[in-house]
Amino acid sequence: MSNLVPVPSRGMVPERDVKDRPVLETIHLGIDFGGLVAVDEFNLVIGKTEIAGLIGPNGAGKTTVFNLLTKVYQPSRGTILLGDKDTSGMNTSQVCRAGMARTFQNIRLFRDMTVAENVMVGLHHSIAYHTPTAILRLPAYWRGERNAREKAMDMLSIFNMQDLGGVKAGALPYGAQRRLEIVRALATNPSILLLDEPAAGMNPTETAELMENIVKIRDTYQIAILLIEHDMKLVMGICEGIAVLNYGKIIAKGTPDEIKSNTAVIEAYLGKKEGQENA
Amino acid sequence: MNGLQTGSVYALIALGYSMVYGIILLLNFAHGDIIMVGAYTAWLFMVNFGQTPVLAVIAAVAACTVLGVVIEKVAYTPLRQAPRLSLLITAIGISFLLENLAQLVFGAGARPVPRIFDMPSVSVGSVSLSGTAIVTLLVSVVAMILLNLLIKKSKMGKAMRAVSEDTGTAQLMGISLNKTITFTFAVGSALAGIGSVLYCAAYPQASPTMGSMLGLKAFVAAVLGGIGSIPGAMIGGFCIGLAEAGATALGLSVWKDAMVFAILIIVLIVKPTGILGRNLQEKV
Amino acid sequence: MAGLNKNTRKIPVRFGYLINTALFAALLLGGTKVIGSGAVSMYHTKVILLCGINIILALSLNLATGFLGQLPLGHAGFMALGAYSSAIFMRNVTILPPEALFPFGILIGGLMAAFIGFLIGIPALRLKGDYLAIITLGFGEIIRVVLLNIDDVLGFKLTYGAASLKNIPKTTNFFNTFLCVAITCFVIYTYIKSRHGRATLAVRDNEIAAEACGISTTYYKTLGFTVSAFFAGVAGALYAGYLGVLSPSSFGFMKSIEILVTVVLGGMGSMAGSVISATVLTALPEVLRAFSEYRMIAYSLLLVIVMIFKPTGLMGNYDFSLSTLIGRFNGNASKKFEKEGGKHE
Repeated sequence: MSNLVPVPSRGMVPERDVKDRPVLETIHLGIDFGGLVAVDEFNLVIGKTEIAGLIGPNGAGKTTVFNLLTKVYQPSRGTILLGDKDTSGMNTSQVCRAGMARTFQNIRLFRDMTVAENVMVGLHHSIAYHTPTAILRLPAYWRGERNAREKAMDMLSIFNMQDLGGVKAGALPYGAQRRLEIVRALATNPSILLLDEPAAGMNPTETAELMENIVKIRDTYQIAILLIEHDMKLVMGICEGIAVLNYGKIIAKGTPDEIKSNTAVIEAYLGKKEGQENA
Repeated sequence: MNGLQTGSVYALIALGYSMVYGIILLLNFAHGDIIMVGAYTAWLFMVNFGQTPVLAVIAAVAACTVLGVVIEKVAYTPLRQAPRLSLLITAIGISFLLENLAQLVFGAGARPVPRIFDMPSVSVGSVSLSGTAIVTLLVSVVAMILLNLLIKKSKMGKAMRAVSEDTGTAQLMGISLNKTITFTFAVGSALAGIGSVLYCAAYPQASPTMGSMLGLKAFVAAVLGGIGSIPGAMIGGFCIGLAEAGATALGLSVWKDAMVFAILIIVLIVKPTGILGRNLQEKV
Repeated sequence: MAGLNKNTRKIPVRFGYLINTALFAALLLGGTKVIGSGAVSMYHTKVILLCGINIILALSLNLATGFLGQLPLGHAGFMALGAYSSAIFMRNVTILPPEALFPFGILIGGLMAAFIGFLIGIPALRLKGDYLAIITLGFGEIIRVVLLNIDDVLGFKLTYGAASLKNIPKTTNFFNTFLCVAITCFVIYTYIKSRHGRATLAVRDNEIAAEACGISTTYYKTLGFTVSAFFAGVAGALYAGYLGVLSPSSFGFMKSIEILVTVVLGGMGSMAGSVISATVLTALPEVLRAFSEYRMIAYSLLLVIVMIFKPTGLMGNYDFSLSTLIGRFNGNASKKFEKEGGKHE
């Protein structure tokens, strides 16, 4: 079982404990769709506060991996360990409550709700009151709602969005929608956050800001982050470990420098060098 | 035998349902009531205008086709971009409208429709088949074969298949969405018209609410066979017809309606796409 | 009541509740007194009672369509279950006078409908959109046919089928109807304006995203559907006590559609819309007695026209409309909340 190579801490956060207590571990994970083997032998270990990247050419199966991890698809084989819990038999909402949150490639916000409400949906399970309390409007209800609102505003301030609380989610510009989705996922109090192409459609300035914010999130909330991205500057810039996927299989794992110089990876993206094709 | 006869009627109507659903993903509740209109047209032509049965049949089919197209243009086209719920509700509204208009114009009672055709019974061994039953069966089978040819071989058929797979791309290929949808409705309604005539041949009565139960059962047939699938509609129709005949034979005719719906529920639970249906998966 | 709005910022939540309760009590007792004294004619009383019943029906279906985003077409079935359960109970249990027994009858009606609703929900809620519509339609029809024919199966007279269940104590009056309407409104409103309501709306808006936020969609869909059935059952029980006679044919597909029209015209997802639309659609036919022939035609035409020009219904957008009457009742409370915690929707 190979791991993503641990990187020495930069003095900002405690030592990354990849080898000792991983937050996510997949063992022989795979799925078939009919006769097509979409993902196979997906073995990965991610440390508690690690920022990891999953890259690969289009169609390699990256989002499929996310869907497997979050049980949108049930795996055909393999095990997923979240913390020390085996997630087999869990469905998507259970996996989320166990500590794995995600964003989507094509943004899935609650478009008719406001920004604040979207985040508060993420906070659903951390608000403590029950239905009878809500109906009778006992003090616990008012307290719960107030706390939830405050927390939502708090979280929105990571991205400086606290003033947009009352805006309808569907009315936000694209970049803001992506950021809102991240905040909402964060609100579910995960131990690992899966980001599916968070920088898609962003310009270089926004991307640089996003990079800062992702690191800030990791530092503030002490969680692991696994992201899918095509933007190499972002991936090489903030990921401490990278896994490369091609045709559903991992072809390389390592630090950004190792991946940059890996021939298999280069081939996967750019094709074989001329002259080697007939070799 | 009775089962096959009603079955073929259901099949014809189910074909219309399936075609429309395949194209614009709408359960056209008004489809059943188009049949009712067909029946009344036949009655009108034969009783009021004193025309020959042949003319009445042609008139009925024509009326159904026209009505189907008109409904599509007036009520469904404006809602093409609207949420599916709204479209469904509109279809229900149209269905209601037709029923109540008919009730207003013709009264709530049933009107006897004169014999459409006189066919002798045929004896095969110990089973006596009525002429109407044979004609019904034959017409249905012919209709299905023709429809299949239409879908598979003709240009319009190809267009219909393309639109039902992917509306956007079909348009990019130069297919006129409106024409294709209108054509689908026209063919579906024409089939319903034929179905109404055949139904009247077996049960010579026209009443305002005859369409709704008939339509619902035909719809169950379409779902059973796989909604969106042409041969499926045929299979479904025959299954339902036979099942009903079976129930009556067992003396349980009171429970006929409930049984049909029970079949629907079982299908939807066990295999929602029906016997021959297609699977529509949402992409995450 | 309108004049209170400006001053409510300083009024604490408790006082707001006091005002609401006082108003409610006043209407309840005042209304009962007025009607009891004979100032309102028997005819008008009947219309008012029927309005109340239809309001509860509309609100219950609104819960399913507006908030769950699904279209159940068998709602009359739940009403029938509530009506028959309550009626059979009221006819056969005599340990207390009917007036005292009626609350139990209503409860039994509601619970029976909720129970069957729960069972139906298990298969039905796995389906989407059109399929859900059709399967609920199927169940509605099955319920009707069962009620019609079950006496033959059971061997004894339970529902009397087509012969009608007669001699049901007419215990429905303004007091209990108004009370039920108020409770329905209150429960639905407070539920929606809570984290459970948010979860329900999230499930409607984007099911996959809701699951990804840890919300069990099955739980909330089932809960919404069951509660919706419960209140339909309550309305059915009131209906039985109002009419005194029940026949399965009055609970067919037509009835389901009538309720649907009410909800759609009022706006799916708008409580105020349902209340207003139910009231108008109940009272109007009485007023327009002369044109009763055209009533159904007008309904259907209205339905089609509204759908074409305003697919979300006359009053509602999909958001839970804050301009509800109840909203203004609790407006005091919400304004106070605004001061405490952050913006309100």
